[in-house]
Amino acid sequence: MNNLTINILDKSYTTPADKKSKQVIKNFQLNLANNEFICLVGPSGCGKTTLLNILAGLDETFSGNIALSESHTLPKVGYVFQNPRLLPWRTVQENIELASEAKIETLDFLLESMGLATEKNTFPAHLSLGMSRRVAIIRAFAMDPDLLLMDEPFVSLDPPTARQAQQLLIDLWSKRPHKVLFVTHDLREAITLADRLIFLHSNPMSVIREIPVSIPRNERQNEVKIEQFRQQLFIDYPEITTLL
Amino acid sequence: MDFIYHRSILNLLSMSAFLTLWYGLALFLNADTLPSPVTVAKVLITEIQSGQLSYHLSKTLYRLSISFSIAMLLGCAIGIVLGRHQKLNTFLDNWLVIFLNIPALVTIILCYVWFGLTETAAILAVVINKLPNVIVTIREGARSLDTELLDMAKCYRFSKSKTLRHVIWPQLHPFVMAATRSGLALIWKIVLVVEMLGRSDGMGYQLHLFFQLFDVASILAYTVAFITLIQGIELLILRPLDKHAQRWRQ
Repeated sequence: MNNLTINILDKSYTTPADKKSKQVIKNFQLNLANNEFICLVGPSGCGKTTLLNILAGLDETFSGNIALSESHTLPKVGYVFQNPRLLPWRTVQENIELASEAKIETLDFLLESMGLATEKNTFPAHLSLGMSRRVAIIRAFAMDPDLLLMDEPFVSLDPPTARQAQQLLIDLWSKRPHKVLFVTHDLREAITLADRLIFLHSNPMSVIREIPVSIPRNERQNEVKIEQFRQQLFIDYPEITTLL
Repeated sequence: MDFIYHRSILNLLSMSAFLTLWYGLALFLNADTLPSPVTVAKVLITEIQSGQLSYHLSKTLYRLSISFSIAMLLGCAIGIVLGRHQKLNTFLDNWLVIFLNIPALVTIILCYVWFGLTETAAILAVVINKLPNVIVTIREGARSLDTELLDMAKCYRFSKSKTLRHVIWPQLHPFVMAATRSGLALIWKIVLVVEMLGRSDGMGYQLHLFFQLFDVASILAYTVAFITLIQGIELLILRPLDKHAQRWRQ
Protein backbone atom coordinates (compact mmCIF):
# COMPACT_ATOMS: atom_id res chain seq x y z
CA MET A 1 0.00 0.00 0.00
CA ASN A 2 1.57 3.23 -1.13
CA ASN A 3 -0.25 5.84 0.88
CA LEU A 4 0.15 9.55 0.47
CA THR A 5 0.56 11.73 3.53
CA ILE A 6 -0.16 15.41 3.22
CA ASN A 7 0.76 17.59 6.15
CA ILE A 8 0.72 21.32 5.56
CA LEU A 9 1.41 23.27 8.74
CA ASP A 10 1.29 26.74 7.32
CA LYS A 11 0.79 28.49 4.02
CA SER A 12 0.65 32.25 4.10
CA TYR A 13 1.06 34.99 1.59
CA THR A 14 1.47 38.72 1.77
CA THR A 15 -1.22 40.78 0.15
CA PRO A 16 0.32 43.32 -2.21
CA ALA A 17 -2.17 46.01 -1.16
CA ASP A 18 -1.57 46.36 2.59
CA LYS A 19 1.58 44.19 2.99
CA LYS A 20 -0.16 42.10 5.66
CA SER A 21 0.58 38.42 5.91
CA LYS A 22 -2.52 36.28 5.48
CA GLN A 23 -2.64 32.65 6.50
CA VAL A 24 -4.45 30.56 3.89
CA ILE A 25 -3.87 27.04 5.18
CA LYS A 26 -3.27 25.96 8.78
CA ASN A 27 -2.56 22.41 9.98
CA PHE A 28 -4.08 20.64 7.04
CA GLN A 29 -3.60 16.91 7.36
CA LEU A 30 -4.82 14.24 5.02
CA ASN A 31 -3.96 10.64 4.31
CA LEU A 32 -4.86 9.09 0.98
CA ALA A 33 -5.02 5.32 0.79
CA ASN A 34 -4.15 3.59 -2.45
CA ASN A 35 -6.67 4.32 -5.21
CA GLU A 36 -8.87 6.33 -2.93
CA PHE A 37 -11.19 8.93 -4.44
CA ILE A 38 -11.53 11.93 -2.16
CA CYS A 39 -13.71 14.98 -2.70
CA LEU A 40 -12.79 18.25 -1.03
CA VAL A 41 -15.86 20.35 -0.34
CA GLY A 42 -15.63 23.89 0.94
CA PRO A 43 -16.67 27.46 0.29
CA SER A 44 -15.12 29.16 -2.71
CA GLY A 45 -11.98 31.10 -1.96
CA CYS A 46 -11.13 28.88 1.01
CA GLY A 47 -7.74 27.90 -0.41
CA LYS A 48 -8.51 24.67 -2.26
CA THR A 49 -6.72 25.77 -5.41
CA THR A 50 -3.75 26.90 -3.31
CA LEU A 51 -3.64 23.42 -1.80
CA LEU A 52 -3.72 21.77 -5.22
CA ASN A 53 -0.95 24.06 -6.48
CA ILE A 54 1.20 23.06 -3.52
CA LEU A 55 0.56 19.38 -4.19
CA ALA A 56 1.37 19.89 -7.88
CA GLY A 57 4.73 21.47 -7.03
CA LEU A 58 3.69 24.82 -8.50
CA ASP A 59 3.88 26.56 -5.13
CA GLU A 60 6.86 25.73 -2.96
CA THR A 61 6.56 28.42 -0.31
CA PHE A 62 4.87 26.57 2.54
CA SER A 63 5.88 24.70 5.63
CA GLY A 64 5.00 21.07 6.01
CA ASN A 65 5.61 17.95 4.03
CA ILE A 66 4.08 15.74 1.38
CA ALA A 67 5.36 12.23 0.80
CA LEU A 68 4.46 8.79 -0.47
CA SER A 69 4.76 6.14 2.25
CA GLU A 70 6.88 3.68 0.24
CA SER A 71 9.37 5.86 -1.59
CA HIS A 72 9.24 8.90 0.70
CA THR A 73 9.23 11.03 -2.40
CA LEU A 74 6.90 13.66 -3.79
CA PRO A 75 4.08 12.15 -5.79
CA LYS A 76 4.00 12.40 -9.57
CA VAL A 77 0.95 14.54 -10.15
CA GLY A 78 -1.61 14.66 -12.95
CA TYR A 79 -3.49 17.93 -12.69
CA VAL A 80 -6.87 18.65 -14.25
CA PHE A 81 -7.15 22.42 -13.99
CA GLN A 82 -10.37 24.37 -13.81
CA ASN A 83 -9.67 25.65 -17.33
CA PRO A 84 -8.57 22.76 -19.51
CA ARG A 85 -5.21 24.47 -20.30
CA LEU A 86 -4.67 22.55 -23.51
CA LEU A 87 -2.08 23.88 -25.94
CA PRO A 88 -4.30 25.40 -28.65
CA TRP A 89 -1.62 24.89 -31.35
CA ARG A 90 -1.35 21.14 -30.77
CA THR A 91 -3.94 18.49 -31.60
CA VAL A 92 -5.76 16.44 -28.98
CA GLN A 93 -3.34 13.56 -29.48
CA GLU A 94 -0.26 15.80 -29.35
CA ASN A 95 -1.54 17.48 -26.19
CA ILE A 96 -1.82 14.13 -24.46
CA GLU A 97 1.46 12.73 -25.79
CA LEU A 98 3.44 15.80 -24.78
CA ALA A 99 2.40 15.41 -21.15
CA SER A 100 2.97 11.68 -20.91
CA GLU A 101 4.91 8.87 -22.46
CA ALA A 102 1.73 6.90 -22.98
CA LYS A 103 1.83 4.18 -25.62
CA ILE A 104 -0.47 4.55 -28.57
CA GLU A 105 -2.68 1.67 -27.30
CA THR A 106 -3.10 3.43 -23.97
CA LEU A 107 -3.93 6.64 -25.76
CA ASP A 108 -6.52 4.97 -27.96
CA PHE A 109 -8.04 3.22 -24.96
CA LEU A 110 -8.30 6.49 -23.03
CA LEU A 111 -9.76 8.42 -25.95
CA GLU A 112 -12.23 5.62 -26.58
CA SER A 113 -13.37 5.44 -22.97
CA MET A 114 -13.87 9.21 -22.83
CA GLY A 115 -15.85 9.19 -26.07
CA LEU A 116 -13.22 11.15 -28.00
CA ALA A 117 -11.89 8.49 -30.38
CA THR A 118 -12.83 10.55 -33.44
CA GLU A 119 -11.26 13.77 -32.13
CA LYS A 120 -7.65 12.57 -32.06
CA ASN A 121 -6.45 15.03 -34.69
CA THR A 122 -8.71 17.92 -33.75
CA PHE A 123 -7.31 21.22 -32.52
CA PRO A 124 -8.73 22.33 -29.13
CA ALA A 125 -10.45 25.38 -30.65
CA HIS A 126 -12.86 22.99 -32.37
CA LEU A 127 -13.85 21.20 -29.18
CA SER A 128 -16.69 22.13 -26.85
CA LEU A 129 -15.78 23.03 -23.26
CA GLY A 130 -17.02 19.62 -22.09
CA MET A 131 -14.84 17.83 -24.62
CA SER A 132 -11.77 19.94 -23.78
CA ARG A 133 -12.25 19.08 -20.12
CA ARG A 134 -12.37 15.38 -21.00
CA VAL A 135 -9.13 15.74 -22.98
CA ALA A 136 -7.56 17.37 -19.92
CA ILE A 137 -8.71 14.37 -17.83
CA ILE A 138 -7.21 11.95 -20.35
CA ARG A 139 -3.94 13.91 -20.28
CA ALA A 140 -3.80 13.49 -16.50
CA PHE A 141 -4.61 9.76 -16.62
CA ALA A 142 -2.20 9.10 -19.49
CA MET A 143 0.89 9.98 -17.46
CA ASP A 144 -0.09 7.32 -14.90
CA PRO A 145 0.35 9.63 -11.90
CA ASP A 146 0.68 8.82 -8.21
CA LEU A 147 -1.96 11.41 -7.52
CA LEU A 148 -4.68 12.93 -9.68
CA LEU A 149 -5.76 16.45 -8.82
CA MET A 150 -9.02 17.78 -10.22
CA ASP A 151 -10.04 21.36 -9.64
CA GLU A 152 -13.80 21.60 -10.30
CA PRO A 153 -13.36 20.04 -13.74
CA PHE A 154 -17.10 19.98 -14.45
CA VAL A 155 -18.04 23.45 -13.28
CA SER A 156 -20.11 25.55 -15.73
CA LEU A 157 -21.16 22.55 -17.81
CA ASP A 158 -24.89 22.08 -18.26
CA PRO A 159 -26.27 19.38 -15.90
CA PRO A 160 -26.69 16.53 -18.45
CA THR A 161 -23.16 17.11 -19.84
CA ALA A 162 -21.74 17.29 -16.33
CA ARG A 163 -23.48 14.03 -15.36
CA GLN A 164 -22.20 12.32 -18.48
CA ALA A 165 -18.68 13.54 -17.78
CA GLN A 166 -18.88 12.35 -14.16
CA GLN A 167 -19.99 8.92 -15.32
CA LEU A 168 -17.17 8.70 -17.88
CA LEU A 169 -14.68 9.75 -15.22
CA ILE A 170 -15.88 7.10 -12.77
CA ASP A 171 -15.88 4.39 -15.45
CA LEU A 172 -12.34 5.29 -16.41
CA TRP A 173 -11.22 5.50 -12.80
CA SER A 174 -12.66 2.02 -12.07
CA LYS A 175 -10.62 0.62 -14.96
CA ARG A 176 -7.50 2.62 -14.10
CA PRO A 177 -7.66 3.32 -10.38
CA HIS A 178 -5.54 6.13 -8.94
CA LYS A 179 -5.55 8.29 -5.86
CA VAL A 180 -7.78 11.25 -6.64
CA LEU A 181 -8.28 14.60 -4.93
CA PHE A 182 -11.34 16.18 -6.49
CA VAL A 183 -12.33 19.72 -5.55
CA THR A 184 -15.97 20.70 -5.90
CA HIS A 185 -18.59 22.82 -4.24
CA ASP A 186 -21.42 20.69 -5.58
CA LEU A 187 -22.29 18.25 -2.80
CA ARG A 188 -24.33 15.97 -5.09
CA GLU A 189 -21.35 15.64 -7.42
CA ALA A 190 -19.10 14.89 -4.45
CA ILE A 191 -21.40 12.16 -3.13
CA THR A 192 -21.68 10.61 -6.60
CA LEU A 193 -17.92 10.39 -7.06
CA ALA A 194 -16.15 10.04 -3.74
CA ASP A 195 -15.11 7.30 -1.37
CA ARG A 196 -14.68 9.92 1.28
CA LEU A 197 -15.82 13.54 1.65
CA ILE A 198 -13.59 16.10 3.29
CA PHE A 199 -15.32 19.28 4.42
CA LEU A 200 -13.17 22.37 4.73
CA HIS A 201 -13.66 25.75 6.27
CA SER A 202 -11.81 28.88 5.35
CA ASN A 203 -9.64 31.60 6.92
CA PRO A 204 -7.41 29.67 7.29
CA MET A 205 -8.39 26.46 5.57
CA SER A 206 -8.50 23.29 7.63
CA VAL A 207 -10.49 20.08 7.78
CA ILE A 208 -13.68 20.15 9.83
CA ARG A 209 -15.27 16.82 8.86
CA GLU A 210 -14.33 13.60 7.12
CA ILE A 211 -17.29 11.51 6.06
CA PRO A 212 -17.09 8.22 4.13
CA VAL A 213 -19.75 7.79 1.45
CA SER A 214 -21.54 4.55 2.29
CA ILE A 215 -23.58 4.19 -0.92
CA PRO A 216 -22.19 1.27 -2.97
CA ARG A 217 -20.61 2.36 -6.27
CA ASN A 218 -23.16 0.51 -8.38
CA GLU A 219 -26.01 2.49 -6.82
CA ARG A 220 -24.49 5.94 -7.30
CA GLN A 221 -26.49 6.60 -10.46
CA ASN A 222 -29.65 6.50 -8.43
CA GLU A 223 -30.33 10.17 -7.82
CA VAL A 224 -32.84 9.45 -5.07
CA LYS A 225 -30.17 7.69 -3.04
CA ILE A 226 -27.73 10.52 -3.56
CA GLU A 227 -30.36 13.03 -2.45
CA GLN A 228 -31.27 10.94 0.65
CA PHE A 229 -27.62 10.73 1.62
CA ARG A 230 -27.27 14.48 1.17
CA GLN A 231 -30.32 15.24 3.34
CA GLN A 232 -29.05 12.86 6.00
CA LEU A 233 -25.68 14.66 6.00
CA PHE A 234 -27.38 17.94 6.81
CA ILE A 235 -29.24 16.32 9.70
CA ASP A 236 -26.21 14.48 11.11
CA TYR A 237 -23.73 17.28 10.59
CA PRO A 238 -25.58 20.60 10.67
CA GLU A 239 -22.28 22.54 10.64
CA ILE A 240 -21.64 21.66 6.99
CA THR A 241 -24.66 23.64 5.77
CA THR A 242 -22.72 26.86 6.34
CA LEU A 243 -19.98 25.65 3.98
CA LEU A 244 -22.13 25.25 0.90
CA MET B 1 -13.80 32.39 -54.77
CA ASP B 2 -15.59 35.49 -56.03
CA PHE B 3 -13.58 37.58 -53.61
CA ILE B 4 -10.25 36.13 -54.77
CA TYR B 5 -11.26 36.71 -58.40
CA HIS B 6 -12.17 40.34 -57.67
CA ARG B 7 -8.99 40.83 -55.74
CA SER B 8 -6.74 39.59 -58.52
CA ILE B 9 -8.55 41.88 -61.01
CA LEU B 10 -8.06 44.80 -58.62
CA ASN B 11 -4.38 43.93 -58.23
CA LEU B 12 -3.96 43.84 -61.99
CA LEU B 13 -5.76 47.15 -62.41
CA SER B 14 -3.71 48.88 -59.74
CA MET B 15 -0.41 47.65 -61.21
CA SER B 16 -1.41 48.75 -64.73
CA ALA B 17 -2.48 52.14 -63.39
CA PHE B 18 0.91 52.52 -61.73
CA LEU B 19 2.82 51.61 -64.90
CA THR B 20 0.62 53.85 -67.07
CA LEU B 21 1.18 56.77 -64.72
CA TRP B 22 4.93 56.17 -64.81
CA TYR B 23 4.92 55.83 -68.59
CA GLY B 24 2.81 58.98 -69.05
CA LEU B 25 5.02 61.00 -66.72
CA ALA B 26 8.19 59.82 -68.52
CA LEU B 27 6.70 60.75 -71.93
CA PHE B 28 5.54 64.12 -70.65
CA LEU B 29 8.88 65.07 -69.01
CA ASN B 30 10.96 63.46 -71.74
CA ALA B 31 14.07 63.64 -69.51
CA ASP B 32 17.04 61.32 -69.03
CA THR B 33 16.42 61.39 -65.30
CA LEU B 34 13.04 59.62 -65.62
CA PRO B 35 13.25 56.79 -68.14
CA SER B 36 10.03 55.03 -69.16
CA PRO B 37 9.18 51.53 -67.92
CA VAL B 38 10.07 50.19 -71.36
CA THR B 39 13.62 51.59 -71.18
CA VAL B 40 14.00 50.21 -67.65
CA ALA B 41 12.77 46.79 -68.78
CA LYS B 42 15.33 46.78 -71.61
CA VAL B 43 18.17 47.65 -69.22
CA LEU B 44 16.94 44.97 -66.83
CA ILE B 45 17.05 42.32 -69.56
CA THR B 46 20.56 43.37 -70.65
CA GLU B 47 21.79 43.26 -67.06
CA ILE B 48 20.27 39.83 -66.52
CA GLN B 49 21.82 38.51 -69.74
CA SER B 50 25.27 39.88 -68.89
CA GLY B 51 25.13 38.14 -65.48
CA GLN B 52 25.94 41.41 -63.72
CA LEU B 53 22.59 41.66 -62.00
CA SER B 54 22.55 38.14 -60.60
CA TYR B 55 26.17 38.50 -59.39
CA HIS B 56 25.55 41.67 -57.41
CA LEU B 57 22.10 40.61 -56.30
CA SER B 58 23.43 37.32 -54.94
CA LYS B 59 26.20 39.17 -53.05
CA THR B 60 23.60 41.40 -51.42
CA LEU B 61 21.28 38.48 -50.74
CA TYR B 62 24.16 36.60 -49.10
CA ARG B 63 24.90 39.52 -46.73
CA LEU B 64 21.21 39.96 -46.09
CA SER B 65 20.61 36.34 -45.15
CA ILE B 66 23.71 36.02 -42.92
CA SER B 67 23.09 39.24 -40.99
CA PHE B 68 19.34 38.58 -40.82
CA SER B 69 19.85 35.07 -39.39
CA ILE B 70 22.35 36.26 -36.78
CA ALA B 71 20.15 39.19 -35.74
CA MET B 72 17.02 37.01 -35.47
CA LEU B 73 18.71 34.18 -33.53
CA LEU B 74 20.49 36.49 -31.08
CA GLY B 75 17.48 38.80 -30.83
CA CYS B 76 15.06 35.97 -30.02
CA ALA B 77 17.37 34.50 -27.39
CA ILE B 78 18.06 37.83 -25.67
CA GLY B 79 14.42 38.94 -26.05
CA ILE B 80 13.09 35.80 -24.34
CA VAL B 81 15.60 36.12 -21.48
CA LEU B 82 14.81 39.81 -20.93
CA GLY B 83 11.07 39.18 -21.12
CA ARG B 84 11.29 36.54 -18.40
CA HIS B 85 13.79 38.25 -16.04
CA GLN B 86 12.57 41.53 -14.67
CA LYS B 87 15.82 42.64 -12.98
CA LEU B 88 18.06 41.91 -15.94
CA ASN B 89 15.59 43.71 -18.16
CA THR B 90 15.62 46.83 -15.98
CA PHE B 91 19.42 46.77 -16.01
CA LEU B 92 19.77 46.37 -19.78
CA ASP B 93 16.85 48.55 -20.80
CA ASN B 94 19.05 51.68 -21.02
CA TRP B 95 21.53 49.90 -23.25
CA LEU B 96 18.69 48.97 -25.56
CA VAL B 97 17.45 52.55 -25.73
CA ILE B 98 20.98 53.74 -26.61
CA PHE B 99 21.42 51.14 -29.36
CA LEU B 100 17.91 51.78 -30.72
CA ASN B 101 18.75 55.45 -31.16
CA ILE B 102 22.21 55.21 -32.74
CA PRO B 103 21.75 56.22 -36.39
CA ALA B 104 22.42 53.35 -38.79
CA LEU B 105 25.06 55.41 -40.57
CA VAL B 106 27.05 55.91 -37.36
CA THR B 107 27.19 52.16 -36.65
CA ILE B 108 28.29 51.46 -40.20
CA ILE B 109 31.06 54.10 -40.16
CA LEU B 110 32.29 52.99 -36.74
CA CYS B 111 32.37 49.33 -37.76
CA TYR B 112 34.42 50.16 -40.85
CA VAL B 113 36.74 52.44 -38.86
CA TRP B 114 37.27 49.93 -36.07
CA PHE B 115 37.34 46.67 -38.00
CA GLY B 116 38.44 47.76 -41.45
CA LEU B 117 36.62 47.56 -44.78
CA THR B 118 35.93 43.85 -44.41
CA GLU B 119 33.01 41.50 -44.94
CA THR B 120 32.80 40.82 -41.20
CA ALA B 121 32.61 44.53 -40.40
CA ALA B 122 29.85 44.94 -42.99
CA ILE B 123 27.76 42.12 -41.56
CA LEU B 124 28.41 43.20 -37.99
CA ALA B 125 27.18 46.70 -38.82
CA VAL B 126 23.90 45.33 -40.18
CA VAL B 127 23.42 43.01 -37.20
CA ILE B 128 23.98 45.82 -34.68
CA ASN B 129 21.42 47.94 -36.48
CA LYS B 130 18.77 45.27 -36.51
CA LEU B 131 19.34 43.49 -33.19
CA PRO B 132 17.72 46.00 -30.79
CA ASN B 133 14.49 45.96 -32.83
CA VAL B 134 14.26 42.19 -32.68
CA ILE B 135 14.98 42.17 -28.94
CA VAL B 136 12.29 44.74 -28.19
CA THR B 137 9.64 42.93 -30.25
CA ILE B 138 10.40 39.47 -28.86
CA ARG B 139 10.64 40.84 -25.31
CA GLU B 140 7.05 42.09 -25.56
CA GLY B 141 6.02 38.60 -26.63
CA ALA B 142 7.93 36.92 -23.82
CA ARG B 143 6.34 39.27 -21.27
CA SER B 144 2.83 38.35 -22.30
CA LEU B 145 3.28 34.57 -22.11
CA ASP B 146 0.33 32.65 -20.67
CA THR B 147 1.34 31.69 -17.12
CA GLU B 148 -1.45 29.09 -16.91
CA LEU B 149 0.14 27.13 -19.74
CA LEU B 150 3.62 27.54 -18.22
CA ASP B 151 2.26 26.14 -14.92
CA MET B 152 0.72 23.24 -16.81
CA ALA B 153 4.11 22.51 -18.43
CA LYS B 154 5.83 22.67 -15.04
CA CYS B 155 3.28 20.38 -13.41
CA TYR B 156 3.57 17.83 -16.22
CA ARG B 157 7.37 18.04 -15.94
CA PHE B 158 8.06 19.30 -19.45
CA SER B 159 11.79 19.62 -20.07
CA LYS B 160 13.17 23.08 -20.86
CA SER B 161 13.47 22.36 -24.56
CA LYS B 162 9.96 20.87 -24.68
CA THR B 163 8.55 23.94 -22.93
CA LEU B 164 10.37 26.24 -25.33
CA ARG B 165 9.27 24.36 -28.42
CA HIS B 166 5.67 23.53 -27.58
CA VAL B 167 4.58 26.17 -25.05
CA ILE B 168 6.68 29.32 -25.50
CA TRP B 169 7.57 29.35 -29.19
CA PRO B 170 4.00 29.09 -30.57
CA GLN B 171 3.02 32.05 -28.38
CA LEU B 172 5.98 34.05 -29.66
CA HIS B 173 5.23 33.21 -33.26
CA PRO B 174 3.25 36.38 -34.12
CA PHE B 175 6.04 38.47 -32.60
CA VAL B 176 8.72 36.58 -34.49
CA MET B 177 6.82 37.09 -37.74
CA ALA B 178 6.47 40.81 -36.99
CA ALA B 179 10.21 41.03 -36.29
CA THR B 180 10.94 39.08 -39.48
CA ARG B 181 8.84 41.32 -41.71
CA SER B 182 9.98 44.63 -40.27
CA GLY B 183 13.49 43.17 -40.14
CA LEU B 184 13.62 42.28 -43.81
CA ALA B 185 12.38 45.71 -44.81
CA LEU B 186 14.94 47.41 -42.56
CA ILE B 187 17.92 45.14 -43.22
CA TRP B 188 17.95 45.33 -46.98
CA LYS B 189 18.00 49.12 -46.82
CA ILE B 190 20.92 49.04 -44.39
CA VAL B 191 22.80 46.41 -46.40
CA LEU B 192 22.74 48.75 -49.40
CA VAL B 193 24.26 51.60 -47.40
CA VAL B 194 26.90 49.26 -45.98
CA GLU B 195 27.80 48.14 -49.50
CA MET B 196 27.83 51.67 -50.83
CA LEU B 197 30.27 52.82 -48.16
CA GLY B 198 32.71 49.98 -47.98
CA ARG B 199 32.28 47.07 -50.39
CA SER B 200 33.25 46.57 -54.00
CA ASP B 201 30.32 44.40 -54.99
CA GLY B 202 26.61 44.07 -54.25
CA MET B 203 23.55 46.18 -55.03
CA GLY B 204 24.70 49.14 -52.94
CA TYR B 205 28.02 49.31 -54.73
CA GLN B 206 26.33 49.14 -58.15
CA LEU B 207 23.80 51.82 -57.23
CA HIS B 208 26.62 54.08 -56.10
CA LEU B 209 28.35 53.52 -59.45
CA PHE B 210 25.18 54.30 -61.42
CA PHE B 211 24.65 57.41 -59.29
CA GLN B 212 28.06 58.73 -60.30
CA LEU B 213 27.17 58.07 -63.95
CA PHE B 214 23.65 59.52 -63.50
CA ASP B 215 22.39 56.25 -64.99
CA VAL B 216 18.81 56.36 -63.67
CA ALA B 217 17.55 53.56 -65.93
CA SER B 218 20.01 51.11 -64.35
CA ILE B 219 19.17 52.32 -60.85
CA LEU B 220 15.48 51.67 -61.51
CA ALA B 221 16.20 48.30 -63.15
CA TYR B 222 18.07 47.13 -60.02
CA THR B 223 15.29 48.48 -57.83
CA VAL B 224 12.66 46.52 -59.76
CA ALA B 225 14.77 43.37 -59.44
CA PHE B 226 15.14 43.87 -55.71
CA ILE B 227 11.46 44.59 -55.06
CA THR B 228 10.57 41.43 -56.97
CA LEU B 229 13.02 39.42 -54.89
CA ILE B 230 11.73 40.71 -51.55
CA GLN B 231 8.13 40.08 -52.62
CA GLY B 232 9.19 36.60 -53.69
CA ILE B 233 10.58 35.93 -50.22
CA GLU B 234 7.31 37.15 -48.68
CA LEU B 235 5.10 35.07 -50.98
CA LEU B 236 7.15 31.91 -51.26
CA ILE B 237 8.67 31.65 -47.78
CA LEU B 238 7.00 33.84 -45.17
CA ARG B 239 3.33 33.39 -46.11
CA PRO B 240 3.46 29.58 -46.32
CA LEU B 241 5.36 29.49 -42.99
CA ASP B 242 2.76 31.74 -41.42
CA LYS B 243 -0.08 29.65 -42.79
CA HIS B 244 1.43 26.46 -41.45
CA ALA B 245 1.97 27.89 -37.98
CA GLN B 246 -1.52 29.38 -37.82
CA ARG B 247 -3.42 26.29 -38.99
CA TRP B 248 -4.82 25.65 -35.51
CA ARG B 249 -6.73 28.93 -35.62
CA GLN B 250 -8.80 28.06 -38.67
